[in-house]
Amino acid sequence: MKKRRNIIPGFHLSLGFTWAYLGLIVLIPLTMLFVNSSTMGWEAFFEAVTSRRALAAYRLSFGASAIAAVINAVFGLLTAWVLVRYSFPGKKFVSAMIDLPFALPTAVAGIALTAIYAPNGWIGQFMAQFGIKTAFSPIGITIALTFIGLPFVVRTVEPVLEDIDAEIEEAAFSLGANRWQIFQKIILPLLMPSLLAGTAMAFARAVGEYGSVVFISGNMPMKTEIVPLLIITKLEQYDYQGATAIAIVMLLISFVILLSVNALSKWSLKS
Amino acid sequence: MAQVVLNVLTSRKYHKTAIRQESPFVRNILMAVVFIFLGLFLLMPVAVILFTAFQKGLGEYWHAITMPDTLAAIRLTLITAAVAVPLNLVFGIAASWAIAKFEFRGRKILTTFIDLPFSVSPVISGLIYILLFGAQGTFGPWLAEHDIKIIFAVPGIILATIFVTFPFIAKELIPLMESQGKDEEISAIMLGANGWQTFFRVTLPNIKWGLLYGVILCNARAMGEFGAVSVVSGHIRGLTNTVPLHVEILYNEYNFTAAFAVASLLMVLAFVTLGIKQFIEWRLQRQLTGENNGN
Repeated sequence: MKKRRNIIPGFHLSLGFTWAYLGLIVLIPLTMLFVNSSTMGWEAFFEAVTSRRALAAYRLSFGASAIAAVINAVFGLLTAWVLVRYSFPGKKFVSAMIDLPFALPTAVAGIALTAIYAPNGWIGQFMAQFGIKTAFSPIGITIALTFIGLPFVVRTVEPVLEDIDAEIEEAAFSLGANRWQIFQKIILPLLMPSLLAGTAMAFARAVGEYGSVVFISGNMPMKTEIVPLLIITKLEQYDYQGATAIAIVMLLISFVILLSVNALSKWSLKS
Repeated sequence: MAQVVLNVLTSRKYHKTAIRQESPFVRNILMAVVFIFLGLFLLMPVAVILFTAFQKGLGEYWHAITMPDTLAAIRLTLITAAVAVPLNLVFGIAASWAIAKFEFRGRKILTTFIDLPFSVSPVISGLIYILLFGAQGTFGPWLAEHDIKIIFAVPGIILATIFVTFPFIAKELIPLMESQGKDEEISAIMLGANGWQTFFRVTLPNIKWGLLYGVILCNARAMGEFGAVSVVSGHIRGLTNTVPLHVEILYNEYNFTAAFAVASLLMVLAFVTLGIKQFIEWRLQRQLTGENNGN
């Protein structure tokens, strides 16, 4: 086939600017992480990323993020279901509110959640009566991470749910399946790719989150110190290499999550 | 927004048949669970911010948001957004023009790279600029020699903000421009328009709502960014404090009323953003259904 010449102008200008800007703002600064850590040697690198304090921080960050992502998977799916299938007054408003965690600055969310769950807060005081510490404990961190990840699952599941053909469900019904069977055997498998993609996005966002967590976590080394905070602490102690090493570990893990999200979304588009 | 376009293009009218409805009992339970969940996680934070901000009356509130330090923080936040958003807008247009209107090698990898900043923790976004421009950084000695301050100064804050808001506009424009194809541009060129005329008279009117959508999301993040800015700012009161950082300082000084009063300003920004976003989605829906009817 003969290739047609593209007569639209501006190719070199737009592509050149795009690569230059991308290089200056994103690519070169990011490679600095690897350049900087290459001067520290493997042993020091390994020691920095596997110190007891770092390991405790990974465990907390990934653990709390995973729990928050699962909470969001369950309630996000429910929310999407209610928003797509039921009608109620104020539905438009509720639907718009779902994006609040995207629009509300993280620091604002952080102090608001802390005020609610602190021992003298609206909910915290009741929890305190039962001897449960919410703010300044891993529970508080999980609550903050649930908040910031809330829109992801709802927004990825919604369009897929809207698209499910009524005929599939009607066919299953006419073959004698009940509501729960239809949901479990037919709808859920159809939603699964988007549900997993949304959950993975919420998880990825939670792992890197700083602003909303730093207020509610209490920031105790080994106990309530998340990875981003550990990086900042190291920076404040002028341990640039230690900070860089941990940052690289986090970055690589984020890329793995990103790649799996991409694979999941492709899969979700196919099915 | 690409999602919105997809929704509108593909969604069918939902058939209300009894088969697709749960029993009223189950329905009510599900709705109750969702409302409690959203009430706890969305409504309550909003309520607690307003409650604490106005706890000591309007006078205190007004005092908190008109303190010199607050005004300086607002000014810096506005300056930061005024630099970061237009730069990312120009980038978004250039990137989407190249990616949507041309075939070239490395197109896929370019698209992946553009999304990169979204998967980088805000803290790391600040750290990389410290490694470049900090006192111990690559260009640190050179900058010190020439008396240029980037880290712990306004340029660092702007750079970190550009990084975290980098993909917003491009991410909206690329799928939108791809879906519109290039026939209209080709016709315009064949009729004798030059490149800029084609862009301003043909492309821009087609993408204006998507562009605005990206801009307001980019702006919301630029004004609200905390982690990345916190790393590079140095927290110098009245000089390198943006509004979110100012909220943190007030909070850490146990000045809760003032912290929440200033936070309420950012909350207003969030609601305005959501409102405009909703409006654009509605416009887009109308535009798309209008086009479909026309065909």
